[in-house]
Amino acid sequence: MTGQLWLVVLLMGLVTYIPRMLPQVFLEDIQLSPFIRNFLGFVPYAVLGALIFPGVLTSTGSTGSAIAGGLVAILLAYLRLNIVVVVFGGILGVYLWQLICLG
Amino acid sequence: MRGKPEPSFADLDRRPFVAGCQAAVPIAIGYLPIGITFGLLAKAVSIPNHITLMMSMLVLAGASQFVGINLIILGTSIWEIVLTTFVVNLRHLLMSASLAPRVDTRLRKTHRAILAFGITDETFSVASFRPEASLGFSYLLGLNMTSFIAWNLGTWMGLFLATGMPDALKTSMGIALYAMFIGLLVPACRNSRPILSIALTAIVLQALWHFSPIFSGMSMGTQIVLTTIIASFLGAVMMEREEGL
Repeated sequence: MTGQLWLVVLLMGLVTYIPRMLPQVFLEDIQLSPFIRNFLGFVPYAVLGALIFPGVLTSTGSTGSAIAGGLVAILLAYLRLNIVVVVFGGILGVYLWQLICLG
Repeated sequence: MRGKPEPSFADLDRRPFVAGCQAAVPIAIGYLPIGITFGLLAKAVSIPNHITLMMSMLVLAGASQFVGINLIILGTSIWEIVLTTFVVNLRHLLMSASLAPRVDTRLRKTHRAILAFGITDETFSVASFRPEASLGFSYLLGLNMTSFIAWNLGTWMGLFLATGMPDALKTSMGIALYAMFIGLLVPACRNSRPILSIALTAIVLQALWHFSPIFSGMSMGTQIVLTTIIASFLGAVMMEREEGL
């Protein structure tokens, strides 16, 4: 297997690159209907919802700390604070939760 | 080709490039600890260092790299590994298609092919939520390149500076990318009812795949693709009805 690892990684890279590349390069040649345009316009919001849940629950050592950090992030984001503040707030929320619960 | 210029570093505008690098800061904060974990894990299961580094450079996708390493040590066949990687990352097809109309129409296909290499869940999200209607080459290159460097730097740190980061800090930083996603999505939901309903639909669908035993065999990649298609489709239907009135 070790000798084939190069090949495995190369092929993994290839099958990862192709779906990223095809629409970027060729979609401009296609006339999209308004419905498809709207559909594609909503993709970021659907993707974010899907990426956040349930992944966030297992992103830290424990579900409790993940929920704590997630709630801090939601609150800071709701207040429209800068995204770096939201990220650090989330990290701090998890850190403090761990500190309090694990001693 | 349609008179579009050859790409060169002369195309790089400094200000949008720097803006792109800055926009990648939350991504970099999230990628570093995951990259470190990836490097540590690969080393722990005796994957040769050059293979691990090459994987982070060529594949540049967190989930499928972890899955890939896992399958390699299980002795899975090449084709199974490649097929799994393909399925896990098929969601990038949707993201790339969604981002394509937002990219500056003056860009040559070579430019687009270069930028496409750096499309990840995170760079896609940050780019999509930019207020400007048209995204230029310099901005996207700065965003993608900084993220790429953070991911590879993390992998390198995991491999060669085994201690990396204190454990408590690393587990806390596990939330970073999710906090970034929340930071993008929540303000958008505050502004728009349709966006809120699409995001909530996506979360309910994800909960359905995740907690219902009928769907327990579905891979993470398939779940995200299905959720995205259904929720965006409902959004487009709602939009059409509203405009039809």
